[in-house]
Amino acid sequence: MNDKTKVFFIGAVLVAASALAFMAFGGIGDNLVYYWTPAEMMANQDKAQGATIRLGGVVEVGSLDWDKEANELRFVVTDGDTKVPVLGTSVPPQMFREGIGVVVEGTLRADGVFTADTLLVKHDNQYQAPEDGSAPDMDALKKSLTSER
Amino acid sequence: MLTNAALGRGLILVAIALAAAGAVVGFWGGRKRTEAAHQWTKTLTYGFSASLILANVVMIKALLQHDFSVSYVAQVGSRSTPTHITIVSLWSSLEGSILFWGAVLGVFVVAFVARVADKHRDMAPYTLATICTIGTFFGFLLAGPANPFLDTPAPIPADGPGPNPLLQNHILMIVHPPMLYAGYVGMTIPFAMGVAALLRGRLGAGWMRPIRTWMLLPWGFLTAGIVLGGWWAYEVLGWGGYWAWDPVENASFLPWLTASAFLHAAMLQERRGILKGWTLILLLTTFCLTILGTFMTRSGVFNSVHSFTQSPIGPTFLVFLAIAMVVSTLLVALRMHLLTPEGEVKSAASRESAFVMNNLLFVFFTFLVLVGTVFPLLNEAVRDVKISVGGPYFNRLGVPIAMAIVFLMGVGPALPWGRASREEMVKLLAPPTSAGVSVAVLGAVFGVRDLLPALTLFCAAFAGWVALRDMVQPVLVRKRRGNVGWGSAVSEAFVRGRRRYGGQIVHLGVAIMAVGIALSSSYQVTTEQVVQRGETLTVGSYTVRFDGSRQETLPHRRSTIAEMAVFRGGDQVGVLEPRMNHYKRQMNPIGTPAVRSSLTEDLYLSVMTIDPAGAYVGLRAFVNPAIYWIWIAAGIMVLGSIIAGWPSRSSVSAPVPGGAEAMA
Repeated sequence: MNDKTKVFFIGAVLVAASALAFMAFGGIGDNLVYYWTPAEMMANQDKAQGATIRLGGVVEVGSLDWDKEANELRFVVTDGDTKVPVLGTSVPPQMFREGIGVVVEGTLRADGVFTADTLLVKHDNQYQAPEDGSAPDMDALKKSLTSER
Repeated sequence: MLTNAALGRGLILVAIALAAAGAVVGFWGGRKRTEAAHQWTKTLTYGFSASLILANVVMIKALLQHDFSVSYVAQVGSRSTPTHITIVSLWSSLEGSILFWGAVLGVFVVAFVARVADKHRDMAPYTLATICTIGTFFGFLLAGPANPFLDTPAPIPADGPGPNPLLQNHILMIVHPPMLYAGYVGMTIPFAMGVAALLRGRLGAGWMRPIRTWMLLPWGFLTAGIVLGGWWAYEVLGWGGYWAWDPVENASFLPWLTASAFLHAAMLQERRGILKGWTLILLLTTFCLTILGTFMTRSGVFNSVHSFTQSPIGPTFLVFLAIAMVVSTLLVALRMHLLTPEGEVKSAASRESAFVMNNLLFVFFTFLVLVGTVFPLLNEAVRDVKISVGGPYFNRLGVPIAMAIVFLMGVGPALPWGRASREEMVKLLAPPTSAGVSVAVLGAVFGVRDLLPALTLFCAAFAGWVALRDMVQPVLVRKRRGNVGWGSAVSEAFVRGRRRYGGQIVHLGVAIMAVGIALSSSYQVTTEQVVQRGETLTVGSYTVRFDGSRQETLPHRRSTIAEMAVFRGGDQVGVLEPRMNHYKRQMNPIGTPAVRSSLTEDLYLSVMTIDPAGAYVGLRAFVNPAIYWIWIAAGIMVLGSIIAGWPSRSSVSAPVPGGAEAMA
């Protein structure tokens, strides 16, 4: 390899590698999806607005309102203390009902309503939904939800 | 009478003993180079492989007998499961899949020993010793933390829960895991061959050729495994897509990337005698990535970083990964200087330099996916914050890299080895460029007017043109030169340039796949709605009507089936029946989408929820253009790899170049 080619190669590799490292680590920050409980999310409200979040909790009993005609699904996700109103425009999965643990993926609007694109209610067989009214075990809930859609 | 569990445990202990002995004799024999050591290593390796394969036979027997006294059968077996599902339960859960890993390794090793060992006597003992060392590790895993042959504690249950319902839900789940395993496990062999080259301190074309062939084989399997996994996700999971940058998917994609880079670097090494060290680093990295992938998919680390230590399997894999990486690094650091290059890259305008660029892009891609996959794990471990990296991260960076790879896939073969002058460059690159532009313009006429899909069309057509030219040209040359018919010109060109044909068929497949991916992801149409009985939903050019539901009951599951009439342009064109399945002893109902496939587009209906009385159905509907071409393209890629890797008589019987390499 002559010197000119060598310089060309090394230069190209360096430029490409640093650009890639910059993009990889810079890009990752914008595309992080946080797993939060209602309390954690409300504590980070400024960060939550506009970002993609996976909010985990329990569908509060008595809060479910599904307008099939307008395709609007309203419910409240709670961790026992903090409550977050959720608005979804997707058809809920078969398992979805009040009192079940869910993870909703979406973002927090300025008016405090969480708009959900995706509802996840998949649990492994070990997971037990909490008794009505009691605080859910958030750790067990997180653990039991698989990463699948 | 020996129980199945005891027999299985015994076979695994025998396998460990034979593998350990094979490793010791092999490394010793590699140094001493005696005929006896060579033969002994071979025998021990055969014995180790046979024990593992037999252990799998015992497990299948136990599964078929519903012998619930075997712990693994109690875990995944069920009397209500159909027989073919019972057999594939072998790899449906952790312990069984590691046992199955052993069987796949056994088959690869037997084939390798039979075909290669005696022809490369200087390299064989080291190679087999390395394989046996890895085999010993997996043997210990099977004897300890992942033992599938434990005795079920009394009382022995009368029936079991059956395998994961997702496994039972689709035929592709039967084919996909073995393909993936064959890909993962098969990469052990070229890794061991690379280790042997480093230990021996010599790497010539005579050894690189078989390494490349033995990498091509698992590469084909891995390609098939990855795409079948995507196809399965598409047909089963019901979200209308096939790839979500899920950690499990990424785990299989990482070694595929480095293996693809290796297959190209190996050609440079073979043709030009350059980049020996780089080629070997890619080889060793590929193996480490398969172990990382097995760790990531098998330890449950992605459910929670903190829970993976609950089973000793995760940490064991992590230790093994660390050892593999340290040993690989040490070998490269200590022995690399022995691998003297025999040539050099003379010019940037050459095939070599396109290959180098393509290699860098593959490695960049690997790095990118690795960062995105591992970042959440590190974050959770260090900061205790649970996050995931979104698909946009991978797409924004991965798509341009992939596109550049497809483009270079055309540039490389278009340029000559050595150095091309400016005029030559123009002359060689002008036809594929005009082919690319024409196809992009044609695409625009048919509505592909966005930047990314249009660029993809250009790159794919550019590369596709070069691949076709490379296949047609040798035939034309033969036809022009001699007084031969078309048939013999084609067959002669094919036989003489079989590897080239295989490679270019793979390239053609890649180009088609790129188009399928670009069009299906850019022009998907989707809608989501509750449909009352007798009412309709419109998606793209289709209208579907919900005509009611019916129940179907099988021994192991109950299904609620939605009957959807499909209309297009006013005419009924068919009926689709997406369903919701309830498996015995499983809590979650699992939907199975219904897909109407054609070469131009798929109509995809997925039931989210269905009223038990049949009054309404909650439906997700998608129109996915050109998605079928992805599966076809994968078939073409696998076909190409088989053609390129098929053992030819000449390469089998060819003596090792340089008699000195053979052991006298």
